Amino acid sequence: MAHSLSTPSFPEEVLEHVFSFLSSDKDRNAVSVVCKSWYEIERCCRRRIFIGNCYAVSPRTVIQRFQDVRSVELKGKPHFADFNLVPEGWGGYVHPWIAAMAAAYPWLEEIRLKRMVVTDESLELISKSFKNFKVLVLSTCEGFSTDGLAAIAANCRNLRELDLRESEVEDLSGHWLSHFPETCTSLVSLNIACLGSEVSFSALERLVARSPNLRTLRLNRAVPLEKLPILLHRAPHLVELGTGAYSAESRPDVFSNLAEAFSACKQLKGLSGFWDLVPAYLPAVYSVCSKLTSLNLSYATIQSPDLVKLICQCHSLQRLWVLDYIEDAGLEILARSCKDLQELRVFPSDPYGAEENVPLTERGLVAVSEGCPKLHSVLYFCRRMSNAALVAIARSCPNFICFRLCIIEPRTPDYLTLEPFDTGFGAIVERCKELRRLSLSGLLTDRVFGYIGQHGKKLEMLSVAFAGDSDLGLHHVLSGCESLRKLEIRDCPFGDKPLLANAAKLETMRSLWMSSCSVSFGACKLLAQKLPRLNVEVMDERGPPDSRPESCPVEKLYIYRTVAGPRFDMPDFVWKMEEGAGLRYS
Amino acid sequence: MASGSLGGSGGGGGGGGVSGDGSTTGSMSTVSKEDNLVLLSSEVSSSSYPDESELELGLGLSLGCGGGAAALKSSKPGSWGVHGGRILTVQDFPPSVVSNASSSSSSSSPTKPNNASCGTKRSADSFSPPRSGVSSQVVGWPPVRTYRMNSLVNQTKLLTSEDCNSTIVKSKSKSIVLDKIDGNMSRNKNAKPKVFPKNTLFVKVNMDGVPIGRKVDLNAHNSYEDLAQTLDDMFCRTSTTVSARISYTEENGGMREATESLRLLNGSPEFVLTYEDRDGDWMLVGDVPWEMFISSVKRLRIMRRSEANGLGFQEQNERQRSKPIWT
Repeated sequence: MAHSLSTPSFPEEVLEHVFSFLSSDKDRNAVSVVCKSWYEIERCCRRRIFIGNCYAVSPRTVIQRFQDVRSVELKGKPHFADFNLVPEGWGGYVHPWIAAMAAAYPWLEEIRLKRMVVTDESLELISKSFKNFKVLVLSTCEGFSTDGLAAIAANCRNLRELDLRESEVEDLSGHWLSHFPETCTSLVSLNIACLGSEVSFSALERLVARSPNLRTLRLNRAVPLEKLPILLHRAPHLVELGTGAYSAESRPDVFSNLAEAFSACKQLKGLSGFWDLVPAYLPAVYSVCSKLTSLNLSYATIQSPDLVKLICQCHSLQRLWVLDYIEDAGLEILARSCKDLQELRVFPSDPYGAEENVPLTERGLVAVSEGCPKLHSVLYFCRRMSNAALVAIARSCPNFICFRLCIIEPRTPDYLTLEPFDTGFGAIVERCKELRRLSLSGLLTDRVFGYIGQHGKKLEMLSVAFAGDSDLGLHHVLSGCESLRKLEIRDCPFGDKPLLANAAKLETMRSLWMSSCSVSFGACKLLAQKLPRLNVEVMDERGPPDSRPESCPVEKLYIYRTVAGPRFDMPDFVWKMEEGAGLRYS
Repeated sequence: MASGSLGGSGGGGGGGGVSGDGSTTGSMSTVSKEDNLVLLSSEVSSSSYPDESELELGLGLSLGCGGGAAALKSSKPGSWGVHGGRILTVQDFPPSVVSNASSSSSSSSPTKPNNASCGTKRSADSFSPPRSGVSSQVVGWPPVRTYRMNSLVNQTKLLTSEDCNSTIVKSKSKSIVLDKIDGNMSRNKNAKPKVFPKNTLFVKVNMDGVPIGRKVDLNAHNSYEDLAQTLDDMFCRTSTTVSARISYTEENGGMREATESLRLLNGSPEFVLTYEDRDGDWMLVGDVPWEMFISSVKRLRIMRRSEANGLGFQEQNERQRSKPIWT
């Protein structure tokens, strides 16, 4: 390594040692651009990479730069794919990555994927290519079956974590679990909650019994409540438990077995599952309530009084996910009982109904924000809201990091004043200086975007639907929000002007999604022509965009920055706008 | 705070949550100065809220939208100079774009730049009271993940189908075999909540010859006719939002005629509606009572008649749906 005359530098080994303390990507990225030698050292010792958009960079580029990676995290489809807005076959295939890494990273230990298409072939390749493979997390993925899981179970000798959160798995048989060899004793975390069919209980029991390090176990619905004590006795050191179906016939012996099993789990901090919840069996968990920090009751269709009886004992609760059956009254009790609450999510029990089916309104959220000073993350579905409530919430909780409000009916105004919610959300962004994620709803004009652009300096992700009046709204956001990384918009009257005026901004963001807006095909072409480091993808089920006038708006637009150039795995209804060449089909 | 540590990250907005995600691997992307695309934020201060009339971004950009605020003024030829908020000049346009200006000005699309032909019209003064039930007609709204909705609906399905304690009847060659309903039924006798949510059951629908699959909510329908009508609408009009559909059929020729109907249940000339059941068999839709169909269907396929022969499809159009059992 060449030394400059004026500045002595540290030997490589020292630098490498120093860098080894840097775990965050941001720090590592910063370090790598200091100078060439630091770049070289850093790239040799980086072990963990995060790629927020799998199309932003090619596997080959990654492998050429980082030679000995142990942990990879990849994300595929845009967030709105969760709500059926991205048609099937759009992309997000992981196989090219697996194939490339199989050759390049034989010591890879961890793979975490989100919204990607994973095939059995990929899973098999993973299981056979990485001798020390330890962690597989598939979050909201699809495309694989239990056969692929069988390969993982059978071949990964040192598997620690298998987490299938909310993936769509083709359930061919429950026998895949039996493929874990008797010699596999390394499991720390197993999440099979999303699987539909029954797994062999005896295989499950034996697996749990021989996994002394098991700390997280999330069962699927098919595991019956009567058998839960068996598993709990085998794993008394569990920290996180997801039950199966939480219902059984009323039998005192079943209840007492369950209660006893729970009381033996002294380290339990988190509970989830609770499908088909029968209130009569809830008291079985009372013994662990006081230590619980995390409770997911969002599948429990029980009424407020039963919910409250449980929650008011959970004085250490930090995270609560629950259905709106909890009602305003229940949330008021939550506010009094759980002073350590940091995150609240209230999901709708009847999202498609036109009317309120439970008394859950702005009052509940106001109560929790007033009573829980540590609250920083909210996802709240309700049917009515007022600016006054939002202002009160902002005043009580200036520490919000994530605020997502969904007023179920689009364009609903303030129910007291019939005004838009510009003031209310404005108060949120103004007071909450650390706000990183925001989702808007209700009636909103361009003014709210003005406030967001002015105050949302740390905002990284913004979701907008059925809001705004004109291009000005989008312009405020793109020109004002300095930290913006992800912007997703649907059904708003935003057109070409703000995009073209802020075109360069798009290169500083991970991605932009716009659907059912007014961005014309011509503008898409222009953006692509002028900004070669953006991929501009147009999704249109009406056929090729050039069969319509250039001024015609596109149905869906997805723009993301990339150093990988255009992709070639797109389906027929996605067109990429290419520089110079105009329109190209995939 | 890792999402998903509650055993599921579902729900509106998904589990993205909060994370200090690093940028994409590699050095941070910077805007190349050579591009000369200068951010216009300095031109339009976002700390004041100019009225619409003040916002003369005046992009010298003609996309064939015709008149309106998109004034074409040229700055230095061949440069990207920013002048009064313009980022592009006429000279920078490739010829194809400019020539389109004349051709598309003769199109039928209205010329307001904010409002191209197929878009939806919204303006500040179009305040309309919320229409009840709009949310149920719009794709992907409210933003609740399908996974969550299907989990909820499966709970109520177990409860309601206690009434159908009789057997599901089916077989491979289209005749039907007795089968027992899952013993889980009995567990839920105590589990009836006071309020029954109306839940969804999304299943995939594919149509031969159409690359894009769809999803349809079976629980939003209560009969085969209902379902057939929805599928008709979906695959004949091929649009994903209510508003797009309206303007599209009115103003554009479009890819498919809006008037064509698949008439899926009544002997459509070209297609038949089939479904895959729990056992993986493909059956013709319409043979079993609606409730039984709902509880056993996994996905739908609108199949070309020519391919449906293996299903024992018969030439006569009448299928008596009341005929429940065959041997």
